[in-house]
Amino acid sequence: MRKTKRVQEAFLYGLIGLCAAFSAAMLLGIIGYVLVKGIGAVDLEFLTTVTSVLRGTAGIAGNIVNTLLIILLTMIIAAPVGIGAAVYLNEYAKPGKLAAAIEFATEILSGIPSIIFGLFGMMFFGQTLGLGYSLLSGSLTLILMVLPLIIRNTQEALKTVPDSYRTGAAGLGAGKWHTIRTILLPSAMPGIITGVILAVGRIVGESAALLFTAGSGKALPKGLQDLFPKIFRSGGTMTVQLYLSATSEGDFDTAFGIAVVLLVLVLLINLGTKLLAGRFDRNRERR
Amino acid sequence: MKKQVIEKSAQALFLLCAGIAALAVCSITVYMILKGMPALTEAGIRNLLFGTVWKPTAEVPSYGIFYIMLASVAATGLAVLIGVPIGLLTAVFLSEFAGGKLGVCLGSAVELLAAIPSVIYGLIGMMVLNPLMYRLEKLIYAGKTDHQFTGGANLLSAAIVLAVMILPTVISVSTSSLKAVTDHLRSASLALGATKLQTIFQVVLPAARSGILTGIVLGIGRALGEAMAVNMVAGGSVNLPLPFHSVRTLTTQIVSEMGYASGLHRRVLFTVGLVLYLFILAVNLILFRMRKGGEKR
Repeated sequence: MRKTKRVQEAFLYGLIGLCAAFSAAMLLGIIGYVLVKGIGAVDLEFLTTVTSVLRGTAGIAGNIVNTLLIILLTMIIAAPVGIGAAVYLNEYAKPGKLAAAIEFATEILSGIPSIIFGLFGMMFFGQTLGLGYSLLSGSLTLILMVLPLIIRNTQEALKTVPDSYRTGAAGLGAGKWHTIRTILLPSAMPGIITGVILAVGRIVGESAALLFTAGSGKALPKGLQDLFPKIFRSGGTMTVQLYLSATSEGDFDTAFGIAVVLLVLVLLINLGTKLLAGRFDRNRERR
Repeated sequence: MKKQVIEKSAQALFLLCAGIAALAVCSITVYMILKGMPALTEAGIRNLLFGTVWKPTAEVPSYGIFYIMLASVAATGLAVLIGVPIGLLTAVFLSEFAGGKLGVCLGSAVELLAAIPSVIYGLIGMMVLNPLMYRLEKLIYAGKTDHQFTGGANLLSAAIVLAVMILPTVISVSTSSLKAVTDHLRSASLALGATKLQTIFQVVLPAARSGILTGIVLGIGRALGEAMAVNMVAGGSVNLPLPFHSVRTLTTQIVSEMGYASGLHRRVLFTVGLVLYLFILAVNLILFRMRKGGEKR
């Protein structure tokens, strides 16, 4: 090999290693920076009170409750609908125009950016249906956004269930609905739950779709009986509050504090899907 | 008989669920068009799409969104220019060099990078990248009086943040398509006397071309649609998109003005949304075509 060529090769090797190191360093840098800047702001008071000038407290309890309520409201509807849609596509639909159209729609839906969902949610749920800025309006918007995620993961999971299960159940005289309920869905459960957790992760990190649908209220609900009325009122999630703190409010302590809480949540969610996926793979090998 | 009723209603229920996804796409499309069209005729298509002056609250308001469209394209293009080479080489490292634990660790790191909320990227961009950019800006434009200083919040900052945000997409899609290239190709090339790097760059990468392109287009879609992070680092005045100019993109235009806009101003923002939606649809259609083409081969 000529010498210039060897130098060239060494340079390329170096570049490849550098790029890989950059991607890893990026993650460590982000986590490290956020922890260093934000860990000081996070304490029990930060997590359990609401920011109030009157009482001199700084906290994000309201935003945490809003985030949880939105996750709950969204998943209650999105999970069954998404799983149902995947069951239809995988178990009922015959290859043809209808199935192709629905697959196409899911694909398009997953490519739409969250700000467009936010605009649509603001116009349709907020104005046309009259929900205004409310947790409900935000949740309805997010349902549309996370549907493709749940549909695709459930479909993948259903595809790994061997066909012998289906023919076996049919041979024993089980109806399709019975087979789905008692055999297919339980076998595909780890994959389905992975999809649901991923969807929760997406909701936790979402901001653009919520800014103009759920709004930015930070009050805590007044007791348990206020939880239901609360969903018709405006409520900002942690991400929305982070955005507002860092921009219009200029309160970077709160912003970094929220960032720490968000990062921890995201890490936990990622770990959860990893563990589940590991279990799922083991199941598959056993078959 | 009863069983048949249950079966039929179960099927109908599942079809209904699947229909919701299709219905959602249709209603979003219809709504975007219905809400986005009126301003086009009110403000004039030419003034709106090709006008360069954005003064919605002036006495004689002007709603030109040409620079805004251009900024979206420029930020996305720059992000791809920065992010794709880094992502692609990382993918090469993951699929060709990293085995065992190192590969798993780096793979998980990339996955985590994808899961970090965009506001956190924005926050770090504001606190770390913008000051660095400001220093660079002061260095470059030292002594020049015709430059309006941005404090580091400019197109270049936005492009860098977007480049990092599209990294995970580019890396994971490219890695899986590189891994899918059959080992026969690699060994044949090595047997012919090519070095490992020659094999990678002249045999493996071309063989994985369609998958890599898919990753790039997915990245373009993500960069075009990102709103919050860009809004936090890009400055926010409507300007010709040059690297050290403070800019507005299609997404940040909506985020920063929807809160207070009313009347025609508000309707123009819906048109901005429609333009963004059409951009995204075009990207998605290209993606769909490419996936279909990939399946056929």
